[in-house]
Amino acid sequence: MKRSLIRSAALVAVFGAATSTAFAQDVTGAGASFPAPVYAKWADAYNKATGARINYQSVGSGAGIKQITAKTVDFGASDAPLKDEELAKDGLIQFPMVIGGVVPVVNIKGIAPGQLKLTGQVLGDIYLGKLTKWNDPAITALNPGVALPDAAIAPVRRADGSGTSFNFTNYLSKVNPEWKAKVGEGTAVNWPTGAGGKGNEGVSAFVQRLPNSIGYVEYAYAKQNKMAYTLLKNEAGNFVAPEDDSFKAAAANADWNKSFYQVLTGQPGKDSWPITAATFILMHKVQDKPVNAGNALKFFDWAYASGDKMAMELDYVPMPDSVKVLVHKLWADHVKDVSGKTVSLK
Amino acid sequence: MDRTQSQGRPPARRRTTPWADTLFSVLAHAAAWLTLALLAGIIVSLIIGATPAIKQYGLGFLWSSDWDPVQNKYGGLVMIYGTLMTSLIALVIAVPVSFGIALFLTELSPAWLKRPLGTAIELLAAIPSIVYGMWGLLVFSPLLSEYVQQPLQSLFRGVPYVGALFTGPPVGIGLLSAGIILAIMIIPFIASVMRDVFDVTPALLKESAYGLGSTTWEVMFKVVLPYTKTGVVGGVMLGLGRALGETMAVTFVIGNQNQLNSASLFEAANSITSALANEFAEASEGLHQASLIYLGLVLFFITFVVLACSKLLLAQLKKGEGARA
Repeated sequence: MKRSLIRSAALVAVFGAATSTAFAQDVTGAGASFPAPVYAKWADAYNKATGARINYQSVGSGAGIKQITAKTVDFGASDAPLKDEELAKDGLIQFPMVIGGVVPVVNIKGIAPGQLKLTGQVLGDIYLGKLTKWNDPAITALNPGVALPDAAIAPVRRADGSGTSFNFTNYLSKVNPEWKAKVGEGTAVNWPTGAGGKGNEGVSAFVQRLPNSIGYVEYAYAKQNKMAYTLLKNEAGNFVAPEDDSFKAAAANADWNKSFYQVLTGQPGKDSWPITAATFILMHKVQDKPVNAGNALKFFDWAYASGDKMAMELDYVPMPDSVKVLVHKLWADHVKDVSGKTVSLK
Repeated sequence: MDRTQSQGRPPARRRTTPWADTLFSVLAHAAAWLTLALLAGIIVSLIIGATPAIKQYGLGFLWSSDWDPVQNKYGGLVMIYGTLMTSLIALVIAVPVSFGIALFLTELSPAWLKRPLGTAIELLAAIPSIVYGMWGLLVFSPLLSEYVQQPLQSLFRGVPYVGALFTGPPVGIGLLSAGIILAIMIIPFIASVMRDVFDVTPALLKESAYGLGSTTWEVMFKVVLPYTKTGVVGGVMLGLGRALGETMAVTFVIGNQNQLNSASLFEAANSITSALANEFAEASEGLHQASLIYLGLVLFFITFVVLACSKLLLAQLKKGEGARA
């Protein structure tokens, strides 16, 4: 009996050691679902190129923040950036990985993608339940020559808390004072009206199914499902279409030098798409597992250097080079191990 | 046993050992206590998790319909109402249908149809709930909207009280469709329990009643149902328990709207489970999360009350029986 106990203890020790060495290469991250497809693609390509494994759990931005704060993962991911003081409180740094856009989509008979023009004010009034008919003068005035039906607008929005909703409501709060006063911004808000779908796929299913509906989804969903997106009027007064160039224009106009806390909605510039969004990675400044942190940083470094094409294939927009330089500086200045030594990328 | 052992040769090997008996008894006890410990653990952790919300709102949480994560103000009325209403609709539809199915299978069905039909109904119970949800959203709700909701709405337009039940956008998403989907999901449970208990009614009782000239209907209501009422109530409670706790299918078709604007059954609403599924991952630490856990505690309590009521009902039925005899 005693001997078998010792034997099994030895076995556990051996296996324990074996598994922990196997996991040493593994970097785990968790968070936002919006960038999950591109992170998965990068991780796969990175694994083929280097043999190192990156394990990313798409659990939602809020859960990602919780997990990185609790140090159960090596990096967290969030669609909504944390404010600088929140970062300081938990000893975190954040940096942007890719850019995407939130796109209003409609299902109105006879309306083609890019045909309908809307403003932030009108969009807010629709989601406030103030504009209830598609042929309301406020909408027809923006769309001379477009035949809009005398039908009730069926607004659709996210039911689950999400970074997409954060960026959408953040934009509405910037451009529609009544929205700001009554509803505000957040990953989940008290929606005055509308049916809630779960996830981007839930909202796109609702919009495709309900006649005369309007919803908002990530750009990739709108594009892949060939949904009728709308044009939006930006800060400069131009009506722009959601596409790579208008997202890039918005990202380029943000002041990344000052802080990585950049919500890219309502950016100035004549070509900027008004609901552009970056998605962020969160890491601890002081790393008690410097090897893992180094492996994570190596992965992000690799993704910045050789992941742009893969990102574009999945309809994300890569970060501008100037921002990548700033991120590298952030890593060198702030990611340290317990003794204060900079975590090596080599 | 004794005789054979004293007369024949003793068995070559003892078939059981005393410690095996002890071990078995310990394992059986442990399994039973584990269930209780789990239950207690879940309740305690729910209460601990919900403490910030309980301190902040107390019982007022139950009748406040504000759910505003931006202002950090929470109340559970909309979700509690949605959970109870959808389960009620489900029961109203599922109980008579299940009764019909069980009656047909035990009394009316030709013998060759019994087995395939019974198996088919049990198979319905094995379909994952997310499939019901997607089917409900993509296939069922357009049909409901076009062939049920719109006719009902035009039929009852302007009728007081009843008309109010059918106002709102007839888009096939809301309390009514969630209730109907739930009904479809719980019918197999209730029907198969009912069929099984109807089957164990002694043939002697039924045949005596038939011999006295009873119709099938009378046999069913005056002999089979009284004999099996414990099992029938148990089956209904099993279905109700499932309806209260169902998450995925409801999330798809209920519309997830945290507003209580009207009494309409067509209006998008929310249920406790659906709110938990949607908001938990992104809920911020603090009051939002605590309020969600509070909702979970309320659901636990509702299920407990339902169970207690069914026990009371059964006890009452038994007492009535004693008085009559």
